[in-house]
Amino acid sequence: MAAIRTKPDHHTYTFPGFGSEKFPNLMLRGAGDLNNWHLKVYEQQHEGYVAMRKALQTEPVAVIDEVKASGLRGRGGAGFPAGLKWSFMPKDTPERKLTRYLVCNGDEGEPGTFKDRVILEYNPHQLIEGMIIGGWAMQCAMGYVYIRGEFLWLIEKLEAALQQARDAGYLGKNILGTGWDYDILVYRGAGAYICGEETALLNSLEGRRGEPRVKPPFPAVKGAFGQPTTVNNVETLAAVPPIMRMGGAEYAKIGSPKNAGTRIFGVSGHVKRPGIYELPMGTPMNFLVEELAGGSSTGRKIKAIIPGGASCPMLDEKDFDVPMDFDNLKARGSMGGSGGLIVMDESVCIVQATLRLIRFYAHESCGQCTPCREGCNWMQLVLHRIEHGQGRPGDLDLLASLTPRIGMRTLCPLGDAACGPMDSALQKFRHEFEHHITHKTCYATGSRLLSNVGAH
Amino acid sequence: MSHAHPHETSNEVLAPGQRLQESERKAFSPEAVAEIQAIMAQYPDKMAATLPALYIAQREFGFVSLAAMRAVADVIGIPEAHVFGVATFYTMYQKAPVGKFHFQVCTNISCALRGAAQLLEKVCERTGVTPGQGPSPDGLWSVEEVECLAGCGVAPCVQVNQDVYDELVDEDKLVEVMEACKRGEYRPWAH
Ligand SMILES: Cc1cc2nc3c(=O)[nH]c(=O)nc-3n(C[C@H](O)[C@H](O)[C@H](O)COP(=O)(O)O)c2cc1C
Ligand code: SF4
Ligand code: FES
Repeated sequence: MAAIRTKPDHHTYTFPGFGSEKFPNLMLRGAGDLNNWHLKVYEQQHEGYVAMRKALQTEPVAVIDEVKASGLRGRGGAGFPAGLKWSFMPKDTPERKLTRYLVCNGDEGEPGTFKDRVILEYNPHQLIEGMIIGGWAMQCAMGYVYIRGEFLWLIEKLEAALQQARDAGYLGKNILGTGWDYDILVYRGAGAYICGEETALLNSLEGRRGEPRVKPPFPAVKGAFGQPTTVNNVETLAAVPPIMRMGGAEYAKIGSPKNAGTRIFGVSGHVKRPGIYELPMGTPMNFLVEELAGGSSTGRKIKAIIPGGASCPMLDEKDFDVPMDFDNLKARGSMGGSGGLIVMDESVCIVQATLRLIRFYAHESCGQCTPCREGCNWMQLVLHRIEHGQGRPGDLDLLASLTPRIGMRTLCPLGDAACGPMDSALQKFRHEFEHHITHKTCYATGSRLLSNVGAH
Repeated sequence: MSHAHPHETSNEVLAPGQRLQESERKAFSPEAVAEIQAIMAQYPDKMAATLPALYIAQREFGFVSLAAMRAVADVIGIPEAHVFGVATFYTMYQKAPVGKFHFQVCTNISCALRGAAQLLEKVCERTGVTPGQGPSPDGLWSVEEVECLAGCGVAPCVQVNQDVYDELVDEDKLVEVMEACKRGEYRPWAH
């Protein structure tokens, strides 16, 4: 088995001003410090488990109200209000006692996204604390953390952290004298992006193929093992302790209107300092890319940015000033998604980039819905022939006609996710596709994003 | 789920139906059986032990062979068809033998922007292996092209077995990692 890592990684976590009132560090406290996963360090240096004690002395409904007041929106992709989601969980009635579950989504598979791993690596107790508070608020019997299979070393670290919490009496029977029993189990995925979708995740957790379920019933009614379940992202749950500590109203003051709090952004691609940056929601994108991440690493101009993981439509130059929150990004035709920015400079051939992205969706489609299974594959084939100099005059219209036949016609949003990059690339960089079809080569010369070895 | 398409299937040696390979080993050790039974007891439904049991099978059998899948079905007491379906759905269960050091190279977008395609070629060149065609003759190396490993900030991202995850790999670093493997500094596959 892999051991707990003793070697720090290369990510950036901090910048001048981080931790000040302007740039509060609510999530990345202690990031970069490999000892921070110890319960003692978390309690002594980072106000650890203070919020949990406060919550356990508060009525569960009042805890939900606090999270509602904070305005916290889910960090997994869709930005759904967390408090509202929690309030959907059915309550016990005198006639009927229910077994409820809280599931943490740590599948983190969206290309360009690498934020949950930082919480798991440096701050696992904050996630555990958030899951205890959430479990209390919804009166759950168990919490499950579903983590992607590749994160074996993080799974082992989280298990060790959970054991410390158990030893401290924060998990198990009659937690801190409340009479409430609750424990957390870790479940390891096995390499399927689709298991990040919440109902696919539930199937996987039950030991099945990760195929999304037909909704309704929604997980709050029938989730894991047939019981009412709430699924939240790692970052969402880790944001709960700061909220309980400072109070919902105080947390709501951070960030931009209707987009409260801080968010962990990951920057990758052609920037000088790729890495992880925690910033208030609504921070302008060019501040992050130019000031914090150092701008283009190649000296060439930045051509396109995907603002929230591979599923989000690309943005071009005119939108680089967008304030990064769910609503502003939506207004510019993209999405907040998972907070992973992918920066591409002028040397990138957009046809290649799009083909690589669509290949991902074709590969990761679970195959249940015809539009997604066939449509992604078809887009890939057409893009492949354009890229390889065999594009036909009608191909761009063909591609444009495919996406409306996939989007909103599938069981889960993976189909829509594939349409975002496709449509935005065609709209914003149509000339590159046309150049490829007419001249049979890239508009951006020397771009090499695709390997030509072997099978995939 | 992966689909057949021209440029990828042309050098795929195994037709889909031939994917499941046999292993010499046919059954779990008693310790592994106990381990699986303990996992079954942790969940409201014993089927939840399918994924963890397949990892245990991979560890014991070296890869997830047909016999390994049958053994999983047998211990948990669920249909073989269910286990076959699960094992073939997930890419981290290796359905054919891999090398002692299995390189998983991410070629998704963030890594591609920082030279993953070129790195993959270097890995193949240095190990003498073609992805999807099994381990090198000496059994040391195998290579797989994988999707995003959530290490996009340290791209290109490569994982060796379960241990190394984000060694900012360029060619010098790659040679260093390979040498360290040979010296036994990385845990081999099926530890
Ligand atoms: C194809 C697909 C992949 C997803 N992958 C993830 C993921 O890796 N992590 C995650 O937290 N949410 C992922 N989601 C979103 C989840 O379905 C779900 O909305 C989220 O976990 C809810 O948590 P939140 O309300 O805290 O954001 C994915 C959704 C889809 C459609
Ligand atoms: S949209 Fe695609 S991934 Fe989602 S359920 Fe349908 S086939 Fe599966
Ligand atoms: S794209 Fe390679 S690790 Fe994310």
